[in-house]
Amino acid sequence: MDNMNKPLTKNIRQDRAYATLADYESTGGYQGLRKAITQLQPKEVQQWVKDAGLRGRGGAGFGTGLKWSLVPMDANTAQTRYLVANADEMEPGTFKDRLLLEQDPHQLIEGMIIAAYAIQASIAYIFLRGEYHLAALRLENALLEARTKGYLGEHVMNSDFNLEIYLHTSAGRYICGEETALLNALEGKRANPRAKPPFPLVSGLWGKPTVVNNVETLCNVPHILHYGVEWYQGLARGVDKGTKLFGASGRVKYPGLWELPMGTPIREIIEEHAGGMQDGYKLRGFLPGGASTDFLLPEHLDVVMDYEAVAKAGSRMGTGNIIVLDDLTCPVQMVLNLEQFFAQESCGWCTPCRDGLPWTVTLLKDIIAGKGRMEDLDTLAGLTRMLGPGNTFCALAPGAMEPLQSALKYFRADFERYIVAMESV
Amino acid sequence: MKKQKENTGFEGLSLAEIQAINAEMSHYEDKTAVSIEALKIVQKHRRWVSDECLLAVAELLKISPAQLEGVATFYNLIYRQPVGKTVIHYCNSVTCWMLGAEKICERLCQHLSVELGEMSEDGEYTILPIVCLGACDHAPVVMVGDELKLDITENAVNEILGR
Repeated sequence: MDNMNKPLTKNIRQDRAYATLADYESTGGYQGLRKAITQLQPKEVQQWVKDAGLRGRGGAGFGTGLKWSLVPMDANTAQTRYLVANADEMEPGTFKDRLLLEQDPHQLIEGMIIAAYAIQASIAYIFLRGEYHLAALRLENALLEARTKGYLGEHVMNSDFNLEIYLHTSAGRYICGEETALLNALEGKRANPRAKPPFPLVSGLWGKPTVVNNVETLCNVPHILHYGVEWYQGLARGVDKGTKLFGASGRVKYPGLWELPMGTPIREIIEEHAGGMQDGYKLRGFLPGGASTDFLLPEHLDVVMDYEAVAKAGSRMGTGNIIVLDDLTCPVQMVLNLEQFFAQESCGWCTPCRDGLPWTVTLLKDIIAGKGRMEDLDTLAGLTRMLGPGNTFCALAPGAMEPLQSALKYFRADFERYIVAMESV
Repeated sequence: MKKQKENTGFEGLSLAEIQAINAEMSHYEDKTAVSIEALKIVQKHRRWVSDECLLAVAELLKISPAQLEGVATFYNLIYRQPVGKTVIHYCNSVTCWMLGAEKICERLCQHLSVELGEMSEDGEYTILPIVCLGACDHAPVVMVGDELKLDITENAVNEILGR
């Protein structure tokens, strides 16, 4: 196989056309599924993925094999179980799943069939954000191809395993990407998150055991099965395993997306792959993995893209798609843009989020308008605690507080400049 | 195409809409799950969801109009007010914002003499903001109808509008 070190993107073409079933099969496609179905028990497939060290690529980084192994399998084998691919990519600054969905849909479908086999689910859904029209067309096409070829439907590859995959296109709202809100959306309800426990693994879609995995996560699965655990682990440069789609956007020379080993230093992504900053701009800081991750500074460029390493530096790897802050963009205004997003996208279910986020926005707007006072910075810092982990129903508000709390720490002078300028008038 | 009054049993929906909605039902354990898709089907035929259509869909799915209205107003891609033939969504999330999304929005509104969310006088366009469209390496981006337009410049506005 060419590009053995880039399993996820080996079928991605420059002309943006998509890999048909024939294209996909010609580079080893559906071989992983064949192995899983003909040689391995479901529990063994779970173990392979666990041993490979695959962690969720949606942002949280939960062990994929571990997640699957928590699904009740033995109690009543006739019970319905569901698998859902979370294709609701909407984290600002993140554009990785779109590429996988649009240009190699069979990779996701094969990953889903293997995952469904591993948890013995007979129905699976692709929860796709409503704006991804091209992805919807190509996925429907690919699902039809897979059905015709016998990879889906009754007796998958002539085995006893049956599976149907349905495409569900959503209608907006960032909160739908939250696992339990997604389940409500899929049930045709308002996408408010659900109380946990019970966790979806035990009681999810219509109260049945349900696994929700991110698109990129599922795309890793066929390769683990086809080429083996050892090969997969060998791909990485750091502690975490496999490769990942890293990206960079903002005022870099070549914004883009690159499949690189886990453990790749951030400096390499920004300076080599993205070509460094555009002429006339300097790097001021960056959000390493989407809008809901803490700012890091140029001094953190040598941090490697591993879950623990980025956490140790004070942020999260999140989606691994970096948003670059240049020296001519005001960090306070950037944070305002981020908080407006979160305030708008709050589902309104719990009070800290519903009321705290608009309050945050008001304070930031006042500061920028020259109506701020120094005490407002303490109020903002207070909000980062009140809206932080443990005080809200889901992770939306705590995520919203990450860029704010780090901006207050690293760019405090920028906040103060607005206030001092006003007080001296 | 000739316009005919069909007796569908559900005042306010066409046969084609009802068939499309019914076809979705087999995908789910419960009819309620079709709510969002049903509203999208109505929109495909009529651009937006009127009260009359909302009531008809609720009746078809055997759920209360209030529940369906709660759903319809939750999701930003469901329109409960008339919109233009083509809805233009401009991304206002962080990367597009950094690279000039506000200017693009201003130019679009100016060009069509509309406020954000308003329908142009000729009924052709409505401009709405949208969250990150997942194409940040080509920011700023705009979605015209179903089609994504990349690397938009202020001058590209004319081209987007095709006039």
